Amino acid sequence: MIKWLLLAIIVITTVLGDLVQSYEMKRSGAQRVDARGLGRIVRLIFSRGKLSIGILCMAVSFFAFMALVQNAPLSFAVPASAATFVLETVLAKLVLKEVVGMRRAVGALLVLCGVVLLAR
Amino acid sequence: MESAVIEEREALEQLVEKPAPVAHRASRTGRRRTFLLVLAVTIFNCLGNLSLAWGMKHAAVQVGLSPTGYLRDMLNPFVALGIGLLILWLLTRMALLSWADLSFVLPVTALGYFLAAVAGRVFLNEPISRSQWLGTLLIFAGTVLVGSTGHRTRHHAHEVHK
Repeated sequence: MIKWLLLAIIVITTVLGDLVQSYEMKRSGAQRVDARGLGRIVRLIFSRGKLSIGILCMAVSFFAFMALVQNAPLSFAVPASAATFVLETVLAKLVLKEVVGMRRAVGALLVLCGVVLLAR
Repeated sequence: MESAVIEEREALEQLVEKPAPVAHRASRTGRRRTFLLVLAVTIFNCLGNLSLAWGMKHAAVQVGLSPTGYLRDMLNPFVALGIGLLILWLLTRMALLSWADLSFVLPVTALGYFLAAVAGRVFLNEPISRSQWLGTLLIFAGTVLVGSTGHRTRHHAHEVHK
C-alpha cells in the first residue's frame, strides 16, 4: 500500500530532520530572530552539510505528507504522523541527552492523546 | 579532501564563536523571549497551512505525485503566500531550536494544532465534534505542562559538540 510507504518516508525524514536540526542549531549557539539573524540561519543551511541534509529531509517529509493527505484520509495522516512525536522525544533523551523529566513526559503524552483525538 | 576542509572550517568557527549566551540567563527575559518565539513559530505554521490548504482546495489540478503539478499550483497566490509563511516558520523554528530543547519545542509548538482547530472552526466553518474539543483541550493542557519545564536542560554549549 502506497500510504504505508509514504508514512514510513514521513516518519524517517521527520525524525532525522528534527534531530539533525536540533543538534546543529545548538552547536551554532543562540541565534537572533531579526532579519540578520534569519539571514544567518539561511547561510548556515547552505554552509553546513549536515544541516543541508536536515532541511532536505524536512522538504521530503513535507511533500510526502501532501501526497499522503491526497491518498488517505486526514484521520489516518495526522495521528500517524504523531508517531514521530514519541520517537523524537525518546531520541532527544537518548541521543541529544536532553533531560525529559516527569512533567515533560506527561505533557508530551497529553499532547499526543490530544492529536489522536483531534484527528478522529 | 573537500569534507576535511569543511570540518576544519567548522572547527575554526567553533573556536571563534562565543558559547550560547542563553545558557547564562535562565532569567525571566530569556523565558519570555522563548514564549514569544514559540507563539511566532506556531502562528507562522498555522497561517501558512491555512493559506496553503485554501489555495490547494481552489487549485485546478490534482497534484498526486507528479512534480509538474506542484509547480503549476505554486502560481496560485494563496499557495505562494502559504509557502512563504512556511519558510518563515522553518527559519524561526530553527532559531528556537538553537536555544531550546527539541523535547521542549515539539510539544509546545503542538499549540498549533489547537490554533488550527479554532481557525478551521472560525474561518472555514469546519464543524468540531465533542471528541475533537476534548483533543484540543488535552493538547492545551499538555502544552502548558511542558511549558512549565525549563526550556534548556543542556546548559553548556560545548558539551553538545561531543
